[in-house]
Amino acid sequence: MKLTIQRTQEGREYDELFDVASLKVTTLLQALYEIKAKVDPTLTFDAGCRSGICGACAVRVNGRETLACSHTPKEGDRIEPLNYHPVQRDLKVDKSPAQSTLVKVLSRKEEVSVDPSSPPPPLSPEEEKRFRIQSDCILCDSCYSACPVLAVNPDFLGPFTLTRAWRYLTDPRYTREVESQNDSSLPTPHSSLLEKVQQNGIWDCTLCGECTAVCPQHIDPKNDIMQLRGESLKAGYSDPNLANQSFCTPDFGGGFGFDPNAGF
Amino acid sequence: MFDLLIIGSGGTGLSAALEAASRGAKVAVACKGLPTQAQTCMAQGGINAALGNVEPDSVEEHIADTLRSAHGLADEAMVRTLCESGPETIEWLDRMLVPFSRIEPSKTPHSSLLTPHSLRTIAQRRLGGASHPRACYAQDYTGLKILQSLYDRCLERGVRFLPERTLLELAHWEDRIHGAHFWDLANGEIETVHAGATLLATGGFGDLYHGYSTNAHGASGDGIAAALRAGASLSNMEYVQFHPTAMAGSSILISEGARGAGAILVDERGERFTDELGPRDEVARAIFRKIQEGSRIYLDLRPIPRETLEELMPQELHLTQLHAHIDPLEEPIPIQPAVHYSMGGIDVDRSFAVKELKGLWAAGECSDAHVHGANRLGGNSLLEIVAFGRLAARNAVEHPRMVPDTRECSDPQSRVEAIFQRRGKFNPYHKRKILGKRLYHDLGILREERGIRGALEYLTELTEKLPQTELGDRNRKNNRALVEYLEYENSLLLAEAVAQAALWRNESRGAHWRTDFPNEDPKFQRSSQTRMENGEVVVHAAE
Repeated sequence: MKLTIQRTQEGREYDELFDVASLKVTTLLQALYEIKAKVDPTLTFDAGCRSGICGACAVRVNGRETLACSHTPKEGDRIEPLNYHPVQRDLKVDKSPAQSTLVKVLSRKEEVSVDPSSPPPPLSPEEEKRFRIQSDCILCDSCYSACPVLAVNPDFLGPFTLTRAWRYLTDPRYTREVESQNDSSLPTPHSSLLEKVQQNGIWDCTLCGECTAVCPQHIDPKNDIMQLRGESLKAGYSDPNLANQSFCTPDFGGGFGFDPNAGF
Repeated sequence: MFDLLIIGSGGTGLSAALEAASRGAKVAVACKGLPTQAQTCMAQGGINAALGNVEPDSVEEHIADTLRSAHGLADEAMVRTLCESGPETIEWLDRMLVPFSRIEPSKTPHSSLLTPHSLRTIAQRRLGGASHPRACYAQDYTGLKILQSLYDRCLERGVRFLPERTLLELAHWEDRIHGAHFWDLANGEIETVHAGATLLATGGFGDLYHGYSTNAHGASGDGIAAALRAGASLSNMEYVQFHPTAMAGSSILISEGARGAGAILVDERGERFTDELGPRDEVARAIFRKIQEGSRIYLDLRPIPRETLEELMPQELHLTQLHAHIDPLEEPIPIQPAVHYSMGGIDVDRSFAVKELKGLWAAGECSDAHVHGANRLGGNSLLEIVAFGRLAARNAVEHPRMVPDTRECSDPQSRVEAIFQRRGKFNPYHKRKILGKRLYHDLGILREERGIRGALEYLTELTEKLPQTELGDRNRKNNRALVEYLEYENSLLLAEAVAQAALWRNESRGAHWRTDFPNEDPKFQRSSQTRMENGEVVVHAAE
C-alpha cells in the first residue's frame, strides 16, 4: 500500500510517496509512526492518545479532515496538513491562531461568583442532554479546517468556538452564575456570549455543513450556529448581511457574496 | 518570573492553575503538547465521591475501600483527606461547569445529608473494588469533559499557557528549585522559566511499557525523571497498575465501567473464570495466568442491554470497531491486561512538597501522595488529580517564594547537544519498542528475580549504547524526534528505578507480584524509596 504525504521541510513543500506494504499497520497514525521509526525520522506530525480523544492528530486525507488514529489507510491515500493553520513542518501545524478564537468568546473581565446562601438547583438530566454532544468536543480543529468561510475571512470565529458558545448558552449553570448578583446595567454572561458571536461569527457562516460532516465526535456546529442565530434574533440582534444587502446591484460588500438565508 | 510554574496541563495542572489564580497568584502552565492533549482526556470510568446518590454511601466506606485496596502501603491520613474532599471536589467541578451525567432526583433517595443540593442529580456507577456505586461520570468521557471544562475556565481567567515545552531539567542551585528548563519545540531552543514555586503535574510513566500500555505515547514520566536527577526521592516505583481489559494488540483501554454495567470475562470456551468486579490487580493476574496457559481471553459486553451500552459507552463501541474490527454488540472483544497507571512516583509529604528539594511540589500521577498504596481503585485518580492539584497549588502559593539564583546545577544544554551529536547504528524507536515488550514480560504482572535482573542487564546495555543511538533528525525546529529521544532517555532511567524497587520488594503485595515470593510479608509493609546516589539508582526502605 502506498500513501502520499504532503511534506514541508525547511520551507519547501513537496509530495512524497511512502510504501507501507511491509509495515504492520491498522490505522493511519500507526502508519505514520512506522514510517517515522523505520523509514524517515524527520517525518513530523502531532499525536497522543491513539484513541480519538486528545484531538492532536487531525489531518486531511484525500481532502477530508480526519483523525489519523481513527482512519484506516487505503491504497493511494493523500495525507495533507489541516487548512487555515500555519504549517510548521510536514503535518504539524500551529493551532494557536485557530484556538485563540476560544479566548475571544470565553474570556471575561469580571470574576463571577455564586451566592453561597442560595444553593443553585441541581442540573436535570434533560438540561445535561441539551449540551451533551457539544461538550464532547476534543479541539482537533477538523471543523475549522473544513470551513470555507475561513478562506475569505480569517477572522471568522469558526465552528468549534461557536459550538462552545452554544454549549454554555444552554447550560443553566453558566447563566445562573450571575443572576443573583446581577446589576441590571451589566450584561449577563448570556447576553455577552451572544454579543461576542455577532461579529465574525454566526452571521458569516454559510450553513454549508462541512463542519458537521467532518466532526469525529458527531457534533453538529451548523445546527448550533442556527440555534445561536435564533437566540440572537429573539434577543434583538439582526443579520447584518440582510441589512447591508442590495437587491438591485451585485453584492461585492459584506457577506462575501453568500446569502446565509438563501438555502445553502 | 511567575509565582507558580505548573508543569503539565492535565487535571492536576489545570485544577492547580485555577486554584492558584483564584488566590491572585501569577501562574504559568507549561505542557508538552497543547493544553487539552493531556492524558486526563483518556479517563473514562469516573471520579469517586461518596455522594450516595444511587445507594447509601459514606466517606468512611470510601476510606475503607481505598485502604483495603492499598494493602497496607497507604497513609491513612492522606486517604482520609482524599475521600473527605470527594463531595467538595465534585461541587467545585460542578461550579467549573463539568457536564456530569444526571439522573432524576426521585432516583436519589439515598443522598447523604451532607451532599450539596446541587449534586443530588449526579449519576454514579460502581467501579471495581468499590462497595457502592461511587464514581460520578460523564458518559465514558469523564476525563475529557473535566479537562475541557477546566481549560475553558482557565481561558476565562486568563491563565498563561506555555505549550509545546518539554521538560529538560528542573532549574536548581543545590536543593533550591527556582523553575525549569524546557525544550521549546516550535522554536528549537532551550527556554528557562523562573518561578517562586514549581509544581510538577507531569503524569505517570506507563509508556515505559511502550506498546503494552493504555497510556498516550509520551507518558514517559519526564517530571519524575527530572526530579530524580535533581535529588528527589521516588517512592513505591515498583507499583505499576495493569488494567485488566485493554484490546489485544492495540492496548486501547476498555473502561472498568463496562464490567460495572455487567460485561463478563470469558475464555475461548465462553466460560467465566474470575470475579469481574474484583480489584484491578487480582483481575489482571487472573487474566494473565489464563493467557500464560495458552487461553485467549475476551470481554463480552453482550449481557449489557444495547441501549445502555449506547448511552453509557459510545466511545468504547466506536474504538472496538476501529481497532479490533469487532462489533461488541455482536461478539466478545479479545483483551489482554496492559499498563495503565503509575502508583509510585515522586515522594511527597502531606503538604505535597518534595521532601529533598525546596520550592518544589508534586501532585497527581507523577507523585506518590500515599493514597493508592499497592493498588489504585478505579475513580480515585481523577479525584486525586483535582483535589490534590488544588491543595498542592494552595500550599505552594502560600509558601514563601524561592528567589531565582544565577547559579545553576543542571545542564540542559549539554543534554540536548549530546543527543544532537550522537552518531551510530542504533535506532531509538527500535530500542524503545523492544524495551516496552521486555518490560511487559520481565517487569510485568508476574515478576521473579531472574527476569528482573535480566531486564536490568538489558537496561544497562541500552544505556551503554546511547552514545551510538542516533537521533535521525538534525533539524532544530519542530523536531518531534528529539522530544521522543528525551522521553526514551527518561524511560531508561525510570525503568531502572522500577526494576531496582521490584528487586528490593521480596514479597507479593497488591499490584507487585513476585512468583518467587508469593506471599505478603509484614517486613515489607512500608514504602520503597529510590534515589540517585553518585549517579547510581539506589533503593532503601522508607523510614
